[in-house]
Formats: sequence, C-alpha cells, structure tokens
Amino acid sequence: MKRLLGFYIFAVLVLGLGLLFPDDYYVTVVGTTVIQNIVLAVSLNLLMGNAGQISLGHAAFFGMGAYISAILTTRFGINPWAAMVVSAITVAVISYLISKPILRLKGHYLAMATLGVGIIIHIFMVQADSITGGPDGMSDIPGLSILGHAIEGDFAWYMLFALFMLFVVWAALNIVDSRAGRALAAVHGSEIAAQMVGIDTARVKTHIFVFSTVIASLVGSLFVHQQAFVSPESFSFFFSVELVTMVVLGGLASVFGSVFGAVILTLLPEFLLVFEDYEVLIYGAILMIIMIFLPDGLFVTMKRNILHWLQKRKGAENTEHPSPGMEG
Amino acid sequence: MDQFLQFLITGITVGSIYALVALGFTIIYNASDVVNFAQGEFVMIGAMTAIYLSGKGMPLILSAVTAVAVTVVIGMLLEKLAIEKARNATVVTTIIITIGASILLRGAALLLWGKDYYGLEAFSGEEPIHIGTATILPQNLWVIGGTAIAVLCVKFFFDRTMLGKAILACSFNKRAASLVGINVRMMLLIAYGLSAGLGACAGILIAPITFMSYQSGVMLGLKGFCAAILGGMGNSTGAVAGGLLLGILEALGAGFISSGYKDAISFFIILLVLFFRPSGLFGKAGTERV
Amino acid sequence: MAMETAGSYILEVQGLEKRFGGLTAIGDLSFSVEKGVIFAVIGPNGAGKTTLFNMLTSVYTPTAGRIFFKGQDVTGMPPYRLARLGMGRTFQNLQIFMNMTVLENVMVGTHIKGRQGILAAALRLPYVLQEEKMLRKDAEAALEFCGMADLANRSAAGLPYGILKKLEIARALAAGPELLLMDEPAAGLNDSETLELSILISRIRDSGTTVVLVEHNMGLVMDISDRVLVLNYGRLLAEGVPKQVQTDPRVIEAYLGSD
Repeated sequence: MKRLLGFYIFAVLVLGLGLLFPDDYYVTVVGTTVIQNIVLAVSLNLLMGNAGQISLGHAAFFGMGAYISAILTTRFGINPWAAMVVSAITVAVISYLISKPILRLKGHYLAMATLGVGIIIHIFMVQADSITGGPDGMSDIPGLSILGHAIEGDFAWYMLFALFMLFVVWAALNIVDSRAGRALAAVHGSEIAAQMVGIDTARVKTHIFVFSTVIASLVGSLFVHQQAFVSPESFSFFFSVELVTMVVLGGLASVFGSVFGAVILTLLPEFLLVFEDYEVLIYGAILMIIMIFLPDGLFVTMKRNILHWLQKRKGAENTEHPSPGMEG
Repeated sequence: MDQFLQFLITGITVGSIYALVALGFTIIYNASDVVNFAQGEFVMIGAMTAIYLSGKGMPLILSAVTAVAVTVVIGMLLEKLAIEKARNATVVTTIIITIGASILLRGAALLLWGKDYYGLEAFSGEEPIHIGTATILPQNLWVIGGTAIAVLCVKFFFDRTMLGKAILACSFNKRAASLVGINVRMMLLIAYGLSAGLGACAGILIAPITFMSYQSGVMLGLKGFCAAILGGMGNSTGAVAGGLLLGILEALGAGFISSGYKDAISFFIILLVLFFRPSGLFGKAGTERV
Repeated sequence: MAMETAGSYILEVQGLEKRFGGLTAIGDLSFSVEKGVIFAVIGPNGAGKTTLFNMLTSVYTPTAGRIFFKGQDVTGMPPYRLARLGMGRTFQNLQIFMNMTVLENVMVGTHIKGRQGILAAALRLPYVLQEEKMLRKDAEAALEFCGMADLANRSAAGLPYGILKKLEIARALAAGPELLLMDEPAAGLNDSETLELSILISRIRDSGTTVVLVEHNMGLVMDISDRVLVLNYGRLLAEGVPKQVQTDPRVIEAYLGSD
C-alpha cells in the first residue's frame, strides 16, 4: 500500500536497528528515549499541527501517566497493566474536563493557559510529597511482564517502546488521512468554514486533546516502569517547550516531521556534550535559526525540496505532464 | 493584621517587579504583536551584569547604568536579528523564536557566570524600618519607588513625546504610520530597547532582595506574562495594576495558604481569568485579539 | 422548539432585527423563501446584506425576530447544527483550506455524511474504509458537478481566485444541502467566469437545492433569480420577481440616489 509505504520502511528501520545492535548503548538506551519522545511529539503534533491548538503543557500529561502508574503500583500493589489503564482513564477524564474552557481560547491565550495547567500539575508533583514523594520522587517501581515473562534488559524495553511507538505513528497516519483528520485540519484552517460544513469544532478540539493527552499518559506509564524511578524533573515546563520544539522543528501537521524533530532534538544534546558548556547556547541558537529561516520546519522543507527536484527531473525528461503539487 | 501588612509589603515589592516585566511585555506586544517569552531573560541579564560589574569593583550606580545599556542593546539585537527577519511568521512560530532567544540568553549567562546564585549589595543599607510589628527593608522602598518612577517615565514617554507617540502610531496601524513618514523599523527597535531596559531595571532593583542565577529570568518572565493577561493584554496601565495585584495575591497566598504552592496560585488565578474574563480585569469585555 | 410553521417555505424570517450599539443594521425584516427557487438579496453598499447572512447562519445572534428553516425555529442555533439540518454556505472572503488538495477540501464538505470519530479513524476499523470510499465518491461527484474533476489532486494553495470560488461551492454542495446561501458569489470574477457561475447556480437550483444569494452584480441577479429582495438601510424596500423590482420607483431611487 502506497499510503503507508513510508511507515513500513520506518518500521523495518526501527525494529532492524534494535535487532542488529541489541547491545549498543546509543541504539537501545538512547534509542528508547528517542522513541518515547517520538510518541510525545507525534501525539502533540495531532493537537498542535493538525488541529492548530498549541499546548505548552504536554509534558504534564506525560507526567500524570507516569505518576499515577507509579503510585498505583507501589502504594496499592495494583498490576502495572491495570494501573496503566487506570492512569489513561484518569488523564482522559481530567483533560476532558479542562478542555472545555481551555480550548475556547486562541493564540497567546491558549499558550498561556496550557502553560499554566502544565506548571500547576508540575508544582503539585513537587509539593504534594505525601502523595508523590516530592522533589526526590519515587523509586522501586515494579517493571512490566508479558504473559509471565518479565521485560528485562535494554533490548527488551527498546522493542516494547518501539512497538508502541509504531502503533502510535500508524494511528496518527490513519487519523490524518480520514474524515476525523480532515475535520482537524478544517478547524485549523477556518473555524467558521468548518462549522458551516457541519463540524462541531468544540467537540473536535476536545476529542483530539483527550486523545493526545491519553497517548502521552500511556507512554508516561511505560517510562516509569522502565526507569523504575520517577521525579518531577522529567515533566517540567522546559520539557513541554522541548516537545513543542520537536513538532515545529520537523514541521507542523507532518507525522514524520515530528518523528524527525524528536530524533534530532533528543540526539542533539548527546552530540553537544562535546561542547559541554556551550550546549544550552547552541540549542537556543539552532532553534531560533530554524524558526526564522525555515518556519515550515526542517523535515517538511527538505521533503518539499526533494519532491520539487524529482519533479523537475521528471519534467525535463517528459515535458508533456505539468507536475501537480504534492504535500503530505 | 500585622502579618497581613508584612505580606502586603512583600507582595507590593514582588508585584512591582512583575509590573515592570508586564509593562515590557505590553510595549513589545503593542509594537509588534509578539508575545516575548524572552522578557524574563532581560531581567536576569540586567541583574547578572550589574552583579558582575559591581563585583569587579565598579561603583553600583555605574554598574547599574552599564547593565541597563547592555540589556537594551540585547533587546534591540533580538528585534533586529530575529523578530524583523520573521515578520510574517505565525503566532506559534514567533512564540518558538522568542523561546529560542530565551534559551540562547540563558545559555550565554550559564557560560559567563555558571550555575551559582549571586546577590547584589543593597542600594542603601540593610537596616530594617519598623512599621508596627512589620518591617520593611530600604531595598523594598527602592523597588517600589524605582518602579513608580519607571512607570511614570514610560507613561510620560508615550503620552508626551513625539517619539513615544510615533511608536503608538505604529502599534495601531503600521502602514498608516509609515505613510505619514514614521520609520516603523526604527520604532520597533526602540520599543524592544525600551522593553529590555525596563526588564533590566527590574532585575537590578530586585537583585539585592532575591539571589539571581542564570535561570532566575524564566519564572519572572512567565509571571510578567500572567500580569499582562491579568491586566488585559496590550493595556499598559492594566499591566502595572495586574503586576501589583498578582504580587499581592501571591504573597497573601504564600503566607496564608502555602508557600510551596505560591507559583501555582498565580497560574491558577490566570486560568480563572482566562476562562471567565479573557480580556483581563481592566480590558474591555469581549475584545478578543486572535 | 417553540413554533412550527408549515407550507412550502424552506426559509422564513419574521421581524428580524440586529442592532450594533445604537446602529440598526437590520430592522423589522420579514420574508419567506419558497423551496426550489433562486432568491436574491440586493441593496446598495451598507444595506445590511452580509449582516443578514451572518444572522441566517448564526454567526451573529439577532437582537429580535425569528428564523425558521424547514419550519423549525433555528434562531441562534449553532452553525454546525444548521449545516446538519441541510443549510450550506459560501463566503464572501474565501474560506478555503489552503493546506489541502482540492479533493480534500471538498471531502471536508461531506463531513455530515460520515460518522467515524478519531478513535475509529486511528484504528482504521473496517467501516472507516467503506465510509472513506463513500465520502470520496460524493466529493468527486460534487467536483464533477462544478466542472473541476480534473483538478482533484491539485493543491488548493496554487489555484487562481476564480477556481477557488468554485471550489467553495463544490465543498458546500458535497454536503447535499437543501438550502445554499451564497455570499457575493460573483465578486472578483471576470465576465466569462460570471457567466459560467450563473449557469452553475441555475443548475444547482434545478438539481433541487434552494439558493439564496447576496450579490452586487445586478446583471447576474436579474438573469437568474426567481425572486429578488431589495434591502435599503437594513429595511425591506421591495420584493418580487426581477421585472417587478427593476421597475419599482423606490428601488430606482435608492440605487440612483445612493450612487
């Protein structure tokens, strides 16, 4: 199938890397973080890129999934998989409740409101130490097992994360190319035009917000069982900003753009380690330069240029067919 | 009651700083429709530069003036090198650009001054002044007084000077302004410089009370944003009032409820404002800028 | 719903009024539109035509008065529910989704004919595939009807204005509306495009969709309309068949006087 060709290549690449280099630190350890960030970026992109609703608080929902799983499994001894489901449902309910007032807002106001929600949740993680363990967090969180087989070792975790991530990417590609996805894009393009073709814009925004936060929650639960430890540090405002950056870096509304952004921005600090003290500076500079000169995102711009180039070549060989514009 | 007075003093002091940051926010927002997430870094750069220079033996007043000048230049560079180049960018893109600028400035500060916290000497001693059982430090008076003077200067600048009026004209209608011969690009540059300068003043005023590090600008910037929304985006009087109000509410919340949740209280207030009165407390209801 | 009216009227407006502050944009306006006609609203600039349209589609809430669609009181009903009842609209300022292809734009128009939500779409359940096929077919039919099937896979962003105007009509038609409201469909079109448009609008009526349009182009209106309503300063000045209206002295005065 042509529609999913890119996805199949990507899937082979991700799983192949794991199988070929099961003991490589960069593949199975750094790679698992990369995969986790891909899930977060892809889910955020559905909300931000496709539906056009910026969120500066996505990390908090990732954190909620992580914390609820951690609390349920360590304090109440609940089975991790069941805890994961309970976390996701809780996050769904909470984000459903706040989506109504929040998603009425636009532009800067929406940015501020989501930022506020994210910061409040983060402060709660730090302050409510009787529940969350406070700034020190919680440790000794049990791992996961499938059919009695415990998931142990970097390779096994990598594969589990990879499968979940591939599922999310597949689902995102499906959404983008469907009635639901077109409704998202319509909300992004013109709310009044969307309403006039019968799209309940408030409902569409709520649904994608809940969907996106639930995905973040699920990967949060996986994260916490893999790490066996959780602390508020991982879910701060800065991480939310980083996730937004991944989405924008790749290119809004492009699923593989978000994948690309997540890969680059997760690996970048690893490479910038060489520059030690300059790391933050360079990170900021890259962000600014790309946004100023390539506001459509690095991945989307690159893809467009390659397609143009290919069409030009085709056009040179065969001048009969004027090439139609392509975008994906 | 005395406790209340003490919290009020703290609140007005912190609120003054929020007011200056919010005012800086408003100036940039009005001039260029950009919400500048790097506003807090101006505060940090101003404070850190002054601390550094006075630490090197430069007299306090000279350090302060130099620090403001440095920050003004950085503000203008931000406009010239980033905002101007991305004139047609969407809201999301400009948000990311200014976030990028704030990370860049933080990175530069980290490189120059490391992760340590520094304080600045108080402007006129640390002998507390007693009001009943409440006390007030001379520096608190400096902050409040300095803010009042800065706000009045800004007001005078926009109300009474040709240059100020020209900037206002740009914010209402850039095309019309350029048609009557106003150099719009120059006006934007001045607006960013002014806004950065205000941030630096805030940083220098507060540095003797709270220790500063390369990361101190983030929360101050966000609170300034909160204050600007509280007062009604784009309304400079509202920004100042919003800053003071936020500072006082936060201090009272920290005192009577929980100091750990101090920041959460601010953001909670902002959420309530956004949900129920997005035009801010002092803005006209129903005017929504999209 | 409070009141029900019966009969062959698809749209009925009773005592409609809209005030902005002290200014009355529309005052005490009543009229009815019969099923299956082309009904034009004309009037000098500032007569309140677009205000009227914005009330009919609930972009504005009327200060007073009622609007009935298919006999049902729809005053203040959210636009998306109006669309589900069978009301479509095109806009004076184009509201095309520029990041989509032509076909995708029109497929957005078929929204009310599908039912899949985000979850079903994400999992690509079997019925989703069937539904997508059906929606695509309807969208293609609408494109075909508007004579732009060959442009289906073009990106909307690169297309000329005249084509985009037709695209908006195709998108509205894709929902299969019973009533189509068109806001200045000929604005910005050249003569041959306008002619093409008038043929298209007639065909839309002949296919069973009632058309209400607001228009400046008097030639177009008089050529194709079955009934014409003239607004002046937000009030009804005259209503009737084109010939009647054209010769009405009050209408002539309003136009000559204001121009």
